[in-house]
Amino acid sequence: MDEKAKKKTLRPDRVPVGERSPLERVEDFREVPLGYTLDQAKDEADRCLNCKKRPCKRGCPVGIDCGGFVDRVSKGDIRGAVKLVKEKNLLPAITGRVCPQADQCEGPCLVGKKGASIGIGNLERFVSDWERKHGEVLPDKAPPTGMSVGIVGSGPSGLTVAADLIQLGYGVTIYEALHEPGGVLIYGIPEFRLPKAIVSEQIDGLRRLGVEIKLNQIIGKTLTVDEMLEMHDAVFIGVGAGAPIFMDIPGENLIGVYSANEYLTRSNLMRAYSFPEWDTPMFLGKRIAVIGGGNVAMDSARTALRLGADEVVLIYRRSLEEMPSRDEEIRHAEEEGLRFELLKSPTRIIGNGSGRVTSIELISMELGEPDASGRRRPIPVAGSEQIVEVDTVIMAIGQQPNPMIAATTPGLKTDKQGYIVVDKETMATTKEGVYAGGDIAGFGASVIRAMGDGRKAALAIQDYLVSKNTPDRESAS
Amino acid sequence: MPEIAEKEVLTPQIVRLKVIAPDIAKKRRPGQFVILRVDKRGERIPLTIVDSDPREGTVTIVFQVVGKTTHMLSQLERGDKILDFAGPLGKPTEIEQFGTVVVVGGGIGTAVAFPIAKGMKEAGNRVIAIVGARSKDLLVLEHEIAAVSDEIVVTTDDGSYKRPGLVTEPLKEYLDRGEVDQVVAIGPVPMMRAVSELTKSYGVKTLVSLNPIMVDGTGMCGACRVAVGGKTRFACVDGPEFDGHEVDFEDLTMRLTAYREHEKQSYNQYLEYHKDK
Repeated sequence: MDEKAKKKTLRPDRVPVGERSPLERVEDFREVPLGYTLDQAKDEADRCLNCKKRPCKRGCPVGIDCGGFVDRVSKGDIRGAVKLVKEKNLLPAITGRVCPQADQCEGPCLVGKKGASIGIGNLERFVSDWERKHGEVLPDKAPPTGMSVGIVGSGPSGLTVAADLIQLGYGVTIYEALHEPGGVLIYGIPEFRLPKAIVSEQIDGLRRLGVEIKLNQIIGKTLTVDEMLEMHDAVFIGVGAGAPIFMDIPGENLIGVYSANEYLTRSNLMRAYSFPEWDTPMFLGKRIAVIGGGNVAMDSARTALRLGADEVVLIYRRSLEEMPSRDEEIRHAEEEGLRFELLKSPTRIIGNGSGRVTSIELISMELGEPDASGRRRPIPVAGSEQIVEVDTVIMAIGQQPNPMIAATTPGLKTDKQGYIVVDKETMATTKEGVYAGGDIAGFGASVIRAMGDGRKAALAIQDYLVSKNTPDRESAS
Repeated sequence: MPEIAEKEVLTPQIVRLKVIAPDIAKKRRPGQFVILRVDKRGERIPLTIVDSDPREGTVTIVFQVVGKTTHMLSQLERGDKILDFAGPLGKPTEIEQFGTVVVVGGGIGTAVAFPIAKGMKEAGNRVIAIVGARSKDLLVLEHEIAAVSDEIVVTTDDGSYKRPGLVTEPLKEYLDRGEVDQVVAIGPVPMMRAVSELTKSYGVKTLVSLNPIMVDGTGMCGACRVAVGGKTRFACVDGPEFDGHEVDFEDLTMRLTAYREHEKQSYNQYLEYHKDK
């Protein structure tokens, strides 16, 4: 086999994945990439050198043997590939679509040094889609331990903890505040990037393994973490950051100004794009400004384009190079007609007599010395103010921690910004038996990093429960 | 799914439901609310919890039919289930011994004022209730609030019942006598605004309970943001009660109109569809 690998001539170009045309897709909310066919997947997988170093595996926050599953795809053993992926990740249909692969598994790929790296993300998506069509590959489950874990939040970190611990024989109950499970995968990431049916399907898979999901449970209000500890042997907090940030500029309370959270929640969770068939309304603005340069900004902008806006402008205070969004999102958004106003920042929002947005004032920026994030700091250029006519403004400049849990959990330490303090290796908080991960435990994460936190926490929770070794809760308390 | 244990139609427009929700009943304190949804395509709406019984495991809500969701909710009967019911949300009212507390309730706001009057009474305050409505048939919980108050004044705008006029008139008389230590005012925005403007000139601290538009109700979306003391606050997690002298009522009034057209369209369409049934 090594012999074969050596003889293999390097093919520098990826097998392209089919995509719906921008003109067609901007009219609806269906997914943009079509995904590989079996032949295309085998062809792409065949480009892999199957190298021994496996830099891809080290680049993956949850340690998927990427080279290994790609090799199985190239040999046509798709079921075997699914099995290998699911050893490390029970939610591949999600990660295959939303991971920043260019910065992770695909980044250090050896083939990428000479040409385009192997399309690991597209192949992960292919194998998970194949599994949905050809029957689920169920992972092995350890015998029941008699212990249980309560998880706060059903977003990516909570689902990963649930998936890992249910396989290890622990009872798992997820407490979700909203009326639908999935967290940011449901209310945040739009249908065209991650179809809700796929999220539901992956969550149903966890339910089939025995995970219980309780909806409408607001931890910190309905129940406290201390009460959860009376019912469970350990608790994991994966609630996301939660609270939207506004810029604190004049006019932010005008009608037509949304946080990205509100805009996306109305559209995704509440299906406001189907108003009045669905009850929740939203403004279908014609000229929309989105402030920010991350994936959430891109998701908001592309949603606005699909909701019939004539023009959507993305306002970002740095340049394209510093933009934190996935490259693919930027490209897709550009193809769909998003206009970029780079090196600009809003100074105020202007409204009419009935309180509705009519325009936004921007100021030009120039880049100075690098700041704490390593990116060059944007500095306003005096006298460069300009007015742009818009009827809707979406603030996608980040989030801060929701204090609801910290405020009701004695012994749980937070930093001065309100993030829960955790040990970066074990995700253990300062409170015994309580772990945390994802956005509530760090600064601006991604779906896969939240899942990576969940993986670490699940392992640490297992260690903790084994050492606690108390199947009988009575004697523990 | 929480089941409706009791239903009472208070007026043709106003309904009281007792809902089985033991976890919420156990935690709830005066001033807090629930978010509920009646239909799987439905909106999430906030409703204040009027009363709770932790032993029985029930919470009571009182609401006026003003649109599609409240209309659908009013159609549910005893034994029916409410699809989604989450809470208790928001900060509880700060209940202490202040001395003499005037609790002002306007219209359906009296339902929200009632548990606060009850709490204030239990904390050892002298409670004066001033309850107003546009007309007699919009007046609710008069007897309940009277039972927990030392004095009660009832007003109707149209004079159809008891004292004609607005709630601010009897309030002014109490303020003039200088015997008021704290005011709590809950009702339509113009009423809370008028009460706050009046009490400000007397320097009497006044709490108001705000009802801006909400989506999640847990601090995630920021739809319910209100300007209080020049700062942006989220009514769902920082409120719903704020210092009436600090609230920018103009901003609140404006933001409440945001979806008026949508709300009308949705409700009319619903009524049209159901008119033969």
